[in-house]
Amino acid sequence: MTEASPPVVEMDGVGAGYDSELVLENVTLKIASGDFVGIIGPNGGGKTTLIRVILGILQPERGTVRVFGRPVTEVRATVGYVPQILEFDRAFPIRAIDVVRMGRLGRRGLRSAYNKADNEVVDRVMEETGMVDHANRLFGELSGGQRQRALIARALAVEPELLVLDEPTANVDPSLQGGIYDLLAELNESVTILMVTHDLGVVSAHVKSVGCLNRTLHYHGGIHIPEGVLEETFGCSVDFITHGTPHRVFPKHMKGQGS
Amino acid sequence: MTEIFEYEFMRNALAAGLLVSVACGVIGTFVVLNRMVFVSAGIAHAAYGGIGLGYFAGFNPVLGAVGFSVAAALGMGAIERAARQRTDTVIGVIWAAGMALGILLIDLTEGYKADLMGYLFGSILAVPTFDLWIMLGLDVVIVALAVLYYKELLAISFDENFARIQNVPVDRLYLILMCMVGLTVVMMMRVVGLILVIALLTIPPAIGALFTRDMRKTMILASFLGMIFTTIGLLVSFAFDLTSGAAIILVSAVAYLAALVIRSQGRAPS
Repeated sequence: MTEASPPVVEMDGVGAGYDSELVLENVTLKIASGDFVGIIGPNGGGKTTLIRVILGILQPERGTVRVFGRPVTEVRATVGYVPQILEFDRAFPIRAIDVVRMGRLGRRGLRSAYNKADNEVVDRVMEETGMVDHANRLFGELSGGQRQRALIARALAVEPELLVLDEPTANVDPSLQGGIYDLLAELNESVTILMVTHDLGVVSAHVKSVGCLNRTLHYHGGIHIPEGVLEETFGCSVDFITHGTPHRVFPKHMKGQGS
Repeated sequence: MTEIFEYEFMRNALAAGLLVSVACGVIGTFVVLNRMVFVSAGIAHAAYGGIGLGYFAGFNPVLGAVGFSVAAALGMGAIERAARQRTDTVIGVIWAAGMALGILLIDLTEGYKADLMGYLFGSILAVPTFDLWIMLGLDVVIVALAVLYYKELLAISFDENFARIQNVPVDRLYLILMCMVGLTVVMMMRVVGLILVIALLTIPPAIGALFTRDMRKTMILASFLGMIFTTIGLLVSFAFDLTSGAAIILVSAVAYLAALVIRSQGRAPS
């Protein structure tokens, strides 16, 4: 790794949590440009906390976090963040296109309105995510899959070099989840992607590197997970989690077998 | 009923209702969408401490209310930002302590306390022309802030984390917003009284949000609804000799119920 191209994300010995209770312990992670990393782990295992630390929303208690080789607060406006759709108030009076426009906030200063260039980017990402026909609908009245696409469009409107997704298919109809991953695979041609999920099946079929997170992170790059790590991470038999395909968790033909 | 416009106090009352409705529509929309209803009610009640201080120390109680409500707004805002849990308890304590302080200070004040009830239940029929100018000034400030910082305020209300990542100064804007809530509360005190402030602050935006797909339109609709409710409430109170603040609130509440029923019949927001 030369100085000209530092890792996209570099965490070293990071501990973080809330009210002096550590949710993450000694997390070390290095993501190279162009990678598609899936971090899996049980609910409550610290996945969202990991994202909050990488995005600089939560300060780590110890360790260092660098994004593009810099402190995250200096570069985070070039990170596209896709939160869980469950976090949103569905009665909020806002149209899909207004949500997507938020991706341009970092490009415009305070007190200046979105301009023509912003609108062009917004139009383009609406196109890319197949949301053009839903632009003027109320965000809360979209289906789960459409809301997810709107949030991905918003992250793309940032024109990001890193895309960070929190459970991108939670609350999305299973028949539509494939489409979301196809979209991410397409985006991965130009953007580095980090995704966290509790859904083992989808991770194996779509990502380039896998990590297992439950307070501590097992991550060695690549798709291979050492024997026993999954059981340890989830605290129960993987057999149970993957519905009886314990030894075929990570080979490539897993599409549609997710839990 | 046209004879009511011949009285200056009635003209001022109607004007006060219209002016307050603008601030209410804009600030109330943020309060509702950011789930700050409880905090705002706390601010309104804590402001009573300032009224008491004004009586006790012999200065204009409205100034005391301004000081207390802004201090309470900033304090509660800071607590909500910093702590993760149980903020409702702390807010409830500030709410009650402010009110209790006001009551005790008034107990300790000698002499006749003329318009004390007016602060609690509103005194829209006694709004001096000078106050109308202050209300107009505050409206201008609030609308200007809402226009200038619209995209940031929308982002903070909808998705604070995303706004933060996009380097929006979330905490600074939030505290400015809390100050505006404090000032709006004092301005509304004239119209419906501290105890009922929260209803007029939240009902018009709550109805507005049911029928709009755009926060800007929610604010505009809420402002117009507030104007309609205050005017109807005022006319009802005049016609039947009722307490005007309470009449305004009941008109609003009935409208809210009606709106919920209409909305549940599945009419799409425009």
